[in-house]
Amino acid sequence: MSGSTTSQFKENAVRQLADVDLRQALTKSKGHFTGGRQNAMDKLPEFDALRDQARDLKDHVLENLDFYLETYEQNVIASGGQVHWARTAKDAQDIVLDICRSVDATSVNKGKSMIGEECDINEALEANGIRAVETDLGEYIIQIRNERPSHIIAPAVHLTKAQVETSFRETHTHLDPDRILEEPPTLLEEARTVLRKKYFEAEVGITGANFLVAETGSSIIVTNEGNGDLSQLLPKVHIVLASIEKVVPTLEDASTFLRVLARSATGQDFSVYTTVSTGPRRSTDPDGPEQYHVILLDNGRTGMLGTEFHEMLRCIRCGACMNHCPVYQSVGGHAYGWVYPGPMGAVLSPSLLGVDEAGHLPNASTFCGRCEEVCPVRIPLPKLMRHWREREFERHLTPRAARTGIRLWAFFAQRPGLYQMATGLQMRLMGWMGRRKGRFSSVPLAKGWTKYRDLPAPEGKTFQQQWAGRK
Amino acid sequence: MANPRVALFVTCLVDLFRPSVGFATVKLLEDAGCAVEVPRQQTCCGQPAYNSGDKADTKAIARQVIEAFEGYDYTVAPSGSCAGMISKHYPALFADDPEWAERAQKLAERTHELVSFLTDVMGVEAVASQFDGAVTYHDSCSGLRELSIHDQPRRLLGSVEGLHLRELPDANVCCGFGGTFCVKYADISDRMVETKITQVIETGADTLLAGDLGCLMNMAGKLQREGAGIQVRHVAEVLAGMTDKPAIGEPSKD
Ligand code: SF4
Repeated sequence: MSGSTTSQFKENAVRQLADVDLRQALTKSKGHFTGGRQNAMDKLPEFDALRDQARDLKDHVLENLDFYLETYEQNVIASGGQVHWARTAKDAQDIVLDICRSVDATSVNKGKSMIGEECDINEALEANGIRAVETDLGEYIIQIRNERPSHIIAPAVHLTKAQVETSFRETHTHLDPDRILEEPPTLLEEARTVLRKKYFEAEVGITGANFLVAETGSSIIVTNEGNGDLSQLLPKVHIVLASIEKVVPTLEDASTFLRVLARSATGQDFSVYTTVSTGPRRSTDPDGPEQYHVILLDNGRTGMLGTEFHEMLRCIRCGACMNHCPVYQSVGGHAYGWVYPGPMGAVLSPSLLGVDEAGHLPNASTFCGRCEEVCPVRIPLPKLMRHWREREFERHLTPRAARTGIRLWAFFAQRPGLYQMATGLQMRLMGWMGRRKGRFSSVPLAKGWTKYRDLPAPEGKTFQQQWAGRK
Repeated sequence: MANPRVALFVTCLVDLFRPSVGFATVKLLEDAGCAVEVPRQQTCCGQPAYNSGDKADTKAIARQVIEAFEGYDYTVAPSGSCAGMISKHYPALFADDPEWAERAQKLAERTHELVSFLTDVMGVEAVASQFDGAVTYHDSCSGLRELSIHDQPRRLLGSVEGLHLRELPDANVCCGFGGTFCVKYADISDRMVETKITQVIETGADTLLAGDLGCLMNMAGKLQREGAGIQVRHVAEVLAGMTDKPAIGEPSKD
């Protein structure tokens, strides 16, 4: 897929770690997300029971995915809409372009959609002379900065207020240069004013979907700005871009997920807007699009069904795992080099991009387990990352030095007598060398350690040696 | 069980770097009425291989541990991470091998981390030791999330005479150790441990405690590199009243 720098995760990370604005932005957002979720949980005693329900429901859907997708398709058609199946990201692009051309579209309103990012929809539109206008504030900010989202629900979370202000002043040159733009509400207001005009120019509106409801053929999106509603109601054509695992059986089931989604994501009880769309405008509707299309994207997902990565398909894209991930909070989302960052990306990206490209991601984790602890659908993310490491090890994709090191260590670990003799000697030597300072500030074979920290010297005789002596 | 036979899984890091934690563990277990033995055929629990995706070596090491530790009433380790490996991950490793799965399961059920073993199994409510100073406590990830160790160390520390516990903000956030992670992704690990020690310093405590030597060495190494002047010890040393040895990474007084 185009634009992935996932294979350069380490280099990306070093660059991001040096970015002081990023550090400031992340420090600010972190407490907001983690504290918010905690409060929401504390207020809802049945939260954990709801998580179990949500997990079981997703498992049930994945077991019967073909059935629910077919039911969904029938009900979309019954309500006057059309369904398009896209095996790959390229297929999805082509379908979007065909629909746009059929109405001679020159401008498209876009609500936030990670599937849009996964398929590089904006690039495809621009390459064909169609203007894509992002209507979500965060997406709009990164669009004018020519960046990618760094978070799946808060695309511009990597930026400080001051950076956004600068970008607005540089872009909105028709506005008074002396205007005051310091507070977030003034930024939002300015974006609204600039964008609102464009809403009315677009022939096509593209949104994502948080859920697809099989029983009614509806798509559901949640937003906090209401921008999604405008992107989909004003233009003649509404296109919903969604991946196949978004389907849920009934509206009732969707509400189970909605109850855990916003709480896990931002700590809100509910998002500000929850919009349900079913088919195009009917004669009795006051407004709505003339055409309603749904593009169902596979892009490698059916290949995950029934494998050790099956559980990843439960993900409802709440972002809690990255909000609580100390690695994500250190390097930010751009270091991951593609659409999906953080723990969920560390499992999903190798599935979608290939482990050759995304092999770093499942390795760059301490397995601290905080992601699994907060995931509303209880995806065992560390376990799934470990499965990727196993696949890499089997395929000899693990870096040679690391592999040799582990095998050598394992050789000794399986021979306790030899191990105790060798380590006994080594610790005596290291203990003797480090006896004055109690630690080493540089060790040739442990540079990765001593680059940033001292290495405590061993006490000398090993426990095993001393224990043998004591008896 | 009045005087259970307890096999000490000393853990590779304690064995090699800080045997005094092993002896503190023995003292705490004996004080609680356990008969402690140290099976000779032990090296490591296998986590470095397990977390590197080397399943074959992990299984070989796990079999060795199971053979060495079968037949005791309990297995106890001064580490939530190693105890978690044996009690949570060994059974899953042998899911396709019924004979070993059963043996792994039996061992898993009798394996505990030290502090939670003392409180939850042996019913220890207080220790008879003294430590003058303000300490703060970091919850190591595996102990906290795999074994639910949180209140137990705080309870026992509360019984140490002279000790004041200052809670560490974000005590449940990883310190950046993560086994081989800290050398493979040294730059990221550094940011994590830097964030951690900044919060440690802000507590104003003069001693930092935790229950896993890997995390302790990571945090001690960073505190010392920054010249913070905070002592770092395994919680067992303080609970056992065995703090005569220099703290982690500190020179001996003589
Ligand atoms: S993996 Fe879980 S926590 Fe992470 S985005 Fe998906 S649902 Fe949310």
